[in-house]
Amino acid sequence: MTRASRLYRSSLLVAFAALALTAGCGKKQAAPPPPPPPPPPPPAKPTVTLQAAPTTIEKGGSVTLSWSSTNATALVIQPAIGNVAPEGSTKVSPDATTTYTITATGPGGSIDATASVNVTQPPPPPPPPPQPTLEELFARDVHDAYFDFNKADIREDAKAALSKDADFIKAHAGIKVVIEGHCDERGSTEYNMALGDRRAAAVKKYLSSLGVPADSLTTVSYGKEKPSCTESTEDCWQKNRRGHPVLAK
Amino acid sequence: MIRQPRTPRIALKLHWFFAALLLAASPALAQDWFRTGTGLGVERPRVAVADLVPRAPEATAHGKLFTEVVRGDLDFSGILELVSPSFHPLQSPGMPLQLNYKAWSDAPASAQMVAFGNLQESSSEAAIEAWLYDVRNPSSPPVVAKVYRGAPTDAQIRKFAHQFADEIIGKLSGGLPGVASTQIAFISNRTGSKELWVMDYDGANQHALTALRTISLMPRWSPDTSRIAFACYIQAFGILSPQICMFSLELGRPVTFPRFHGSNSAPAWSPDGSQLMFSSSMSGYPEIYSIDANGSHFKRLTFSAGDSASTSPAWNPKTGQSAAFISDRGGFPQLYLMNSDGTNIRKMDLPDMGYVIDPAWSPNGQLLAFSWRRPNGNFDIYVMDVTSHQIAEITRDAGRNERPSWAPDGRHIVFESTRGGSRQIWVMLADGSHAHALTQSGANESPNWSPR
Repeated sequence: MTRASRLYRSSLLVAFAALALTAGCGKKQAAPPPPPPPPPPPPAKPTVTLQAAPTTIEKGGSVTLSWSSTNATALVIQPAIGNVAPEGSTKVSPDATTTYTITATGPGGSIDATASVNVTQPPPPPPPPPQPTLEELFARDVHDAYFDFNKADIREDAKAALSKDADFIKAHAGIKVVIEGHCDERGSTEYNMALGDRRAAAVKKYLSSLGVPADSLTTVSYGKEKPSCTESTEDCWQKNRRGHPVLAK
Repeated sequence: MIRQPRTPRIALKLHWFFAALLLAASPALAQDWFRTGTGLGVERPRVAVADLVPRAPEATAHGKLFTEVVRGDLDFSGILELVSPSFHPLQSPGMPLQLNYKAWSDAPASAQMVAFGNLQESSSEAAIEAWLYDVRNPSSPPVVAKVYRGAPTDAQIRKFAHQFADEIIGKLSGGLPGVASTQIAFISNRTGSKELWVMDYDGANQHALTALRTISLMPRWSPDTSRIAFACYIQAFGILSPQICMFSLELGRPVTFPRFHGSNSAPAWSPDGSQLMFSSSMSGYPEIYSIDANGSHFKRLTFSAGDSASTSPAWNPKTGQSAAFISDRGGFPQLYLMNSDGTNIRKMDLPDMGYVIDPAWSPNGQLLAFSWRRPNGNFDIYVMDVTSHQIAEITRDAGRNERPSWAPDGRHIVFESTRGGSRQIWVMLADGSHAHALTQSGANESPNWSPR
């Protein structure tokens, strides 16, 4: 029993006792008006609490808001949530730091409680990789055809490389490709110029046989003038004996 | 067509041919590329070059320079024996009256001829008097008597020395001029890109002609030495490709020349300078074409079957009627001859399955020098007599030796060699002796000796 109700009862007792005393005295008199009922005790004020856990999140994370109340007939959480039960919890994912306010309204008035959720911005995601340029795709997907010493015949490994090259060129209609013929350092400048020409022509012929339009291909010989590798070893020489497709500018 | 090993026979041939070459080098034999001197006897004449006498102390340095250059030229001429200065008499004559015939003709100098003279120099002019005397015949007139006047610069003194040496060589070789005033065109990468360079025949005065900053290759002097044809990478038909380029020494700059599709290289002049041959892949595979030197009338000369290559044309400089070239129509590069209109193609059979490149005619049109990679060997320079097919190996066991080019006297060959560790220009006598490097800086290649 609350203090307010005890007070109420004791005040009633006092009132009855006073009534009995006056009625017991001799003569009939008009009954006095009953005393006004004591004013009802004021309604209790509402109470409310609001908590957020955790109080700091990275953007995109969620927070549990929990609340409880007394003497409230309506509870509203703002922003964005609205009416809620007298007691409960809910999950929220604010995009930015937000202070939630719960307003409890009851017969005894209304009261606010707040809870702040601190939202940190995640590190910016790496910029989306730029679309590779045609040059980059070409460099990635188009491969050289390698040759035997003093030969311009298309080897099996070269056929594999060139068939991918052909797919690429056909898939990019309209590009122009220069086939460079290269040689290792052995042999004369002049004969290597001719041999590089034969290699470039052999690559062009093979690509054409795979359906690459001949007018998208031109050839040029670099002889032994532009080696990709400069040591005098068979490894290096092999790297330099090649048909090298490049994208025409 | 693998042949049986024929090494003993080759060795015999080489031995025989070396003997012929060496004999030919002596003035006694009247081979037309080594003309004899007159009245000189069988031995190569012993020639002494006395120190040029300065008429004043300030002429001393140029006097020494003149003397050194003349001695170098005569020593490398291949037609005489230079007397070592340590055998010279103490006094060098400055004038004919001061020449002590006996002191020079007696041992240890034992000279037949003495070259001597004097130099007077002011700030504006050097004046040289120079003579060659036959000290075995005191009553004979001077063999050579010359006066040179010009700017007192090292370059001018060198020029005078070369001219004087060529006078002596011309007299002692029976009229075939010396080559001391000739030049050598070559390709050097020392500025960072392969450019066209020239130098004096002795390696002095090296300087770049072009600054194209692409790739220049394969220089060839025109017969009148007014132009150098070469291959250079330039933009043509939308791409960078090798084209025939032309440098005018009269204008001091490249001049225009027609461009063609494909790769174009290996220019070679006709002996009259009116036409060039070159290799071009304009029709697919490298074939040999001819074109007028003014850029008109180009014409295809070779039509090999299949996807083979023909290149390195070399126009016979004597007759103009035939040309040597390299073709791999037989599977690997070998030496062929054709008429200069492209008819009558025939292979020059060599004794084994070698790899032949860089043919170069001697000025008399009888010998072909080339670089030959034997099946088990390095690249070496060989000389073949085109009529008899006899072959002599000129370099051996000394790096890679390629791209021979003959001096106009037919006695000297310039070539590129890696024997010193890097690719450099070397010269030697045509018998392989007296080889020495002309370049040291950067990598240097493709020497071509000026025809005059």
